[in-house]
Amino acid sequence: MLKIENLQARIEEKEILKGINLEIKPGEVHAIMGPNGSGKSTLASVLAGREAYEVTGGSVDFLGKDLLELSPEDRAKEGLFLAFQYPVEIPGVSTTNFIKTAVNEKRKYQGLDPLDAAQFLRTMKEKMKLVQIDQSLLSRSLNEGFSGGEKKRNEIFQMAMLEPKLAILDETDSGLDIDALRIVANGVNELRSANNAFLVVTHYQRLLDYIVPDFVHVLYNGRIVRSGTKELALELEEKGYDFIKAEVEKETV
Amino acid sequence: MLNFADSKLEQIMQEEQEDILEQITNSDYKYGFVTDIEADEAPMGLTEDTVKFISAKKNEPSWMLEYRLKAFRHWQTMETPEWANLTFPAINYQDIIYYSAPKQKVAPNSLDEIDPELRKTFEKLGISLDEQKRISGIAVDAVIDSVSVATTFREELSKVGVIFCSMSDAIQEHPDLIKKHLGSVVPATDNYFTALNAAVFSDGSFCYIPKGVRCPMELSTYFRINAANTGQFERTLIVAEEGSYVSYLEGCTAPMRDENQLHAAVVEIVAMEKAEVKYSTVQNWYPGDKEGKGGIYNFVTKRGICAGNHSKISWTQVETGSSITWKYPSVILKGDYSIGEFYSVAVTNNYQQADTGTKMVHLGKNTRSRIVSKGISAGKSQNSYRGLVSVAKNASDARNFSQCDSLLLGDKCGAHTFPYIEVKNNTAMVEHEATTSKIGEDQIFYCNQRGIDTETAVALIINGFAKEVMNQLPMEFAVEAQKLLAISLEGSVG
Repeated sequence: MLKIENLQARIEEKEILKGINLEIKPGEVHAIMGPNGSGKSTLASVLAGREAYEVTGGSVDFLGKDLLELSPEDRAKEGLFLAFQYPVEIPGVSTTNFIKTAVNEKRKYQGLDPLDAAQFLRTMKEKMKLVQIDQSLLSRSLNEGFSGGEKKRNEIFQMAMLEPKLAILDETDSGLDIDALRIVANGVNELRSANNAFLVVTHYQRLLDYIVPDFVHVLYNGRIVRSGTKELALELEEKGYDFIKAEVEKETV
Repeated sequence: MLNFADSKLEQIMQEEQEDILEQITNSDYKYGFVTDIEADEAPMGLTEDTVKFISAKKNEPSWMLEYRLKAFRHWQTMETPEWANLTFPAINYQDIIYYSAPKQKVAPNSLDEIDPELRKTFEKLGISLDEQKRISGIAVDAVIDSVSVATTFREELSKVGVIFCSMSDAIQEHPDLIKKHLGSVVPATDNYFTALNAAVFSDGSFCYIPKGVRCPMELSTYFRINAANTGQFERTLIVAEEGSYVSYLEGCTAPMRDENQLHAAVVEIVAMEKAEVKYSTVQNWYPGDKEGKGGIYNFVTKRGICAGNHSKISWTQVETGSSITWKYPSVILKGDYSIGEFYSVAVTNNYQQADTGTKMVHLGKNTRSRIVSKGISAGKSQNSYRGLVSVAKNASDARNFSQCDSLLLGDKCGAHTFPYIEVKNNTAMVEHEATTSKIGEDQIFYCNQRGIDTETAVALIINGFAKEVMNQLPMEFAVEAQKLLAISLEGSVG
């Protein structure tokens, strides 16, 4: 589904990604872990197409298309979804209206008719249950005055509505209490299927107790320095990131 | 490293936004065409003879001519006001044609006899003069340059006693009402432009809603400037008798020309006891080109008086056009328990300048006013809110709430707020809130990431920003106005 080869990216003159290789197949959940500043969020942003980052090398194939050639909106319409670490507020635009616009833009791209009000409402009701989100929240301005937990649930709700092929969760666990974390994780687990894939970016192992990954990768200084199964996450949790740093430094000397 | 990345990110985002904003302003003004129709015009320039010429053209009674001449003589003693936050070269009032009427082959006695060219013009603007095509139940007075060319549904309205006609007809047919109310809210001497208007006004609409009548349809006037070098000086008067209700709409457009054209209108509203008047404007005069060449100078005085107790006047305006807008729809709250409202969205792009707002003058007891102003600035434009809330000594328990929000697209435009508050009664409660924000690259990226392209994202964001005001517009208008907002800012971002 997604094949990243030797991906390098920078912001201004500062190299952040220094050669990422990663392949994700349908049905898989990959976790990217790493200390602050290792490039985790940059990777998520580059894949989603935030223009502030300049790709300086490598390639990304997404479902047979050159992802890096696509505009951010076309990436989204091809089935790539990013759950933001910091979801933005749009005053005066209700969440419902926003999602409806997004869903219908995607349908237009796929050559489908827009959903009418009844169809849309039906789908929405169905997906609301997944993340235990309240109707009243959806009629309020997008993310305006939402608590941290509500914002993250709203991200997962949007994901459910848009049914992406590949969803990237950028530190979705940050700022969540344990109940909210469980709700968000349950939502993700409900959406897991043999046809889609997830890339879960996180700093802590905690989230991976709920969303159990097939593969765990450790990002450090712009490179994936370790890959393994979920046991790797547990090892990290136990030993902290310093042991990875020490190992990497020993190797490079 | 993360911190470094964050600050860099911010800087890059800002630069990018600038790049994007550079690409702005390719939107085309849809209504810029000219209708080729022969016109009957006054000689260029303004003297007492011009005033007499206009009055004679309209076969006006002598009291009307006297009113005009008095205003003209007063105007000659006045100077252009310079307090507004606007910059423009001095207007040469001798370079303007003050009267221009399309020549119709026959004087139309009915709507069927209107020159097809004119009918076509209005159809192109989306205004149907055909009563058969009554879709949304709106009566229209169609004004082109200096004259009203058609008023629809006059008969149907007259059945319930509603008078809806051109100002010229009203002067002939309802002289007593005109004598009583014309200039009663906005005296000719009020300001430079009202004096000018009183001297040379040529047409406009008159609406009279008798006691206890709820006007059965929306009334509207569509103003069109067509001829070159002319100014449009229209005059609108709405009188709502006790317990009546009317919703009135106005729209306006003009051809694209390199020269600036002057539009100086006066609107007066009188609301008697328990009467309610809702006045909505979608102003889309030609705004000038991307370099700021051409466009309408829009100097307008609009004022209503809540003369009776428990009366209400509500102004809603969506201002997207004109190169210069100078306009402060106001309410004098004379009756006890009367209510004044002002809802405004003003959009400026390229080199447009707007200085607009309201005055709420609380004279009666327990009066209420509410001001919601949303300014959207893009390009190199300047957008100012200027508002006065005054509470007189005897106006006990007056309440005002003002909300003034500005949204900036890019960093080459300006948003300004000039609130004036004068309170002479200590039982008054006056609240003012103001915010300024920018459309952020992060908001746009968020939309993009959900599959929404930048153009649609900007439209979504600005309509969200202006929603509180748009909600005040009658349905048929709201959809048009939403599109207009998006078009005015087309290319503003991305």
